[in-house]
Amino acid sequence: MPTTDQDILQKYSDQEYEFGFETRVEMEILPPGLNEETIRFISAKKEEPEWLLQWRLKGLEHFRRLSQEMPEWQNFKLPYIDFQAISYYAAPKKRKLNSLDEVDPEILATFEKLGIPLEEQKVLAGVAVDAVMDSVSVATTFQEKLKEKGVIFCSMGEAVKHYPDLVKKYLGTVVPYSDNVFAALNAAVFSDGSFCYVPKGVRCPMELSTYFRINAANTGQFERTLIIADEGAYVSYLEGCTAPKRDENQLHAAVVELIALDHAEIKYSTVQNWFPGDKNGNGGVFNFVTKRGICKGPYAKISWTQVETGSAITWKYPSVILQGDHSVGEFYSVAMTRNRQIADTGTKMIHLGKHTRSRIISKGISAGYSQNSYRGQVRVGPRADFARNFTQCDSLLLGDKCGAHTFPYIDCQNPTAILEHEATTSKIAEDQIFYLNQRGLDTEKAVALIVNGYAREVLNNLPMEFAVEAQKLLAISLDGSVG
Amino acid sequence: MLQIKNLQASVNGEPILKGVDLEVKAGEIHAIMGPNGSGKSTLASVLAGNELYEVTGGEAWFEGKNLLEMPPEIRAREGLFMAFQYPVEIPGVSNINFLKTALAEIRAHRGLPPLSAKEFMQRLKEKQELVEFNASLVNRSLNEGFSGGEKKRNEILQLAMLEPKLAILDETDSGLDIDALRIVANGVNKLRAKDNAFIIITHYQRLLQYIIPDYVHVLYDGRIIKSGTKELAYELEEKGYDWIKESLQASFS
Repeated sequence: MPTTDQDILQKYSDQEYEFGFETRVEMEILPPGLNEETIRFISAKKEEPEWLLQWRLKGLEHFRRLSQEMPEWQNFKLPYIDFQAISYYAAPKKRKLNSLDEVDPEILATFEKLGIPLEEQKVLAGVAVDAVMDSVSVATTFQEKLKEKGVIFCSMGEAVKHYPDLVKKYLGTVVPYSDNVFAALNAAVFSDGSFCYVPKGVRCPMELSTYFRINAANTGQFERTLIIADEGAYVSYLEGCTAPKRDENQLHAAVVELIALDHAEIKYSTVQNWFPGDKNGNGGVFNFVTKRGICKGPYAKISWTQVETGSAITWKYPSVILQGDHSVGEFYSVAMTRNRQIADTGTKMIHLGKHTRSRIISKGISAGYSQNSYRGQVRVGPRADFARNFTQCDSLLLGDKCGAHTFPYIDCQNPTAILEHEATTSKIAEDQIFYLNQRGLDTEKAVALIVNGYAREVLNNLPMEFAVEAQKLLAISLDGSVG
Repeated sequence: MLQIKNLQASVNGEPILKGVDLEVKAGEIHAIMGPNGSGKSTLASVLAGNELYEVTGGEAWFEGKNLLEMPPEIRAREGLFMAFQYPVEIPGVSNINFLKTALAEIRAHRGLPPLSAKEFMQRLKEKQELVEFNASLVNRSLNEGFSGGEKKRNEILQLAMLEPKLAILDETDSGLDIDALRIVANGVNKLRAKDNAFIIITHYQRLLQYIIPDYVHVLYDGRIIKSGTKELAYELEEKGYDWIKESLQASFS
C-alpha cells in the first residue's frame, strides 16, 4: 500500500514543466564574455548617454571586486558560475514597432501559449502589459490610458531616452551597484526592464504587469525595474515569469527598486515559475534577484507579495527600508520547492523612522528532495521609536526527504520597539486527505486544496487575476470555483 | 442498496471485524450499537475506504457494485457518505469552497455540470436552514476553530448538500449536548427519504429517541450478534451491554 506521502512525492516529481517550449526568433547575440568592451557594446547598442555608461562601468568595477569572493552565508552551495561563458546581450532583430501587427508572430504565439494573449488582454482591460521577451520590449499596451493620468510606464531603455532626469535621479538609489555581486553584475550589464513613474496624487488606473521570459540559449537575463510612486500616489505592479525548458543552467540576476514618497503606496506582486530543472536537479534557472524598496516619506507603504514555484535556485529577499515615520512594509510569500529545487528567500525590514510597522508572512512548501529556507531580518534603528514587527513563518513538508529551514535575524536598537515572531512546521495529515477523499476529491485534488488553504493568507494579497494563476501554479484545479 | 457478507478487517494485523453480515435497503435506517472496541467505527471506516484498515475477507456490495474495489473518492461519488466521529480541520480552505468542490466532483461523476454560483448559494441557504446551521460558519475555514458540536453539525450540513444514497453516521451523537443532538436528529429526519438509507453508529440509545431506526443491530467482538427493531435499543439501554455478553456466553455454554 503506497503511503500518501509517497503518492504526493510521485505526483509532484512526475509533473512535466508545462511551459517547456522555445520560440524561434532571429536573435542578435553578443559573443560570450564580460569586459569593458561588452559594457560599451551594450550601452552603445541601446544608445545610452555617457553618464549611464559610466554608471555601468562602475558596476563592472564593483562586480570584479565582489566576485573575487562569492557569498558563502546562504544555505546552499553556490554552483560555480563562469561569468565569461555567458552572453550578455540578446535582442530580437526586428525592432521599433508601432503596433502589435509588427510584433513577430512567433513571439505572439509564445504569449498565447503562456496564456497571455495581448489582444485579449486589451479587450479584457484593466491590465497593461509591457511584454519583455529577452532583453527588449516588443509590445506595450494601454499607453494612452496611462498617459491621460500622467503615469509613465515603459521599458527601461525608453525611460533612459525619454525621461533621463527621472532615471538619473533614482537609478541605483535603493540598490546601489556596490550592493552585492549580482546587483553589481546587473548594474554593469542590465539589458532592459520596466520603468514606472506615478505622479503626485495619482492612483494608477490599472494593474501594471510585465511578463519576463528567458528565451535565448545561454543568455542570462538582467532586468532592471524601477518604480517610483510620488507623493500620495498608488500603483500595483504584477510580475509573472516562466521560461522554456533548458539543459544548461541559466543565470537570472535582476534588480528591482521601489521608491515610495510621502503617503505613497506601491504593491508589487510576483509569480515566478521558471524552469526548475529536471527530477535529478539538472538544468534550471538560477534566480538571484535583488529587490528592495524604500518608504522615503511619512505614511508611505510598500507591499511585496510573491509566489515562487520555479527555478533550480531561488535566492532573493524583497526588502523594505522604512525611512519615513509611520511608514509600512509588508512581505507575503509562498515558496514551493520540489525535486532538487532550492529556495533561500525571505525579507529584510529596516525600521529607521518612528512608528514604522512591518508584517512578514512566509509560507514554505517543500516536497521531494528540495530545500526551502526562510531567511529574514528585522532591524530597528535607534531613532525608530515604537517600531512594530510581526513575523510568521510556516513550513509545510510533503514527504520526508525535503528540508525546511528558518533563519530569522533580529537586530533591535530601540527599547520601545515591539517585535513578534511565530513559526510552525507541519505535514499534511493522512486523515485530512482521507476526509477529503470521502467527500469525493481524489488525493491530488485533496492535496491541492490543502496546500491552497495553507497559502491562502498570501494568495489573498494577490490581485485577482494573479491569484488565479498562482493557484494553478500550486497545482490546484478547483474547477474554476475559486473562493 | 448495501449488502455486506462475512466482512473481515484488521488494523495493524489485529483482526477487528470477524465476519459482519448486514443488508440495508433504500428507505431504511439501521442503528449499529455495541460496547467500546466492538468494531463499530472500524465498520464505518472500512465501508468508507480508509486504507488504515485492511480488509481480510468477505464482500461489500453497494448498488450492485463491488464497494471494496473502489478507492474512497469513488465510493463517495457513488453516493456513500460518512459523517466522521472526529471531523478534521483544514485551515485556509473555506467551508463554501470545499462544499462547492465536493459537490462538483460528485455531480461530474454522475454526468452533471457544476451548479452555477447562484444555484449553489440557493441550495446552501436551504440546507443551512434545514439543519439549523449557523450562516457565519460556512464562510469560515473548514472546521477550523469549530466547537465539537459545530463540527458535527457541519457534517450534517455536508450530508444535506451532497445528498448521498447511503449515509453512515459514526458516533455523531458523541460529545453533543441535548440541543445539538436534537438539531442533528431533526436534520437526519428531514433528509430521510424513500430512496436513501442511513446507518447510525452509536454507543448510546439516546440518539435513537429522536431518530427512530427500522432495525437495530448489536455489534460485539467484530460480529453482529443480535438484530431487532427499535425495542432492542430500549432493552439494551435498560439492561446494558453486559446483558448481551451474558446471554452470548450462556448460548455458548
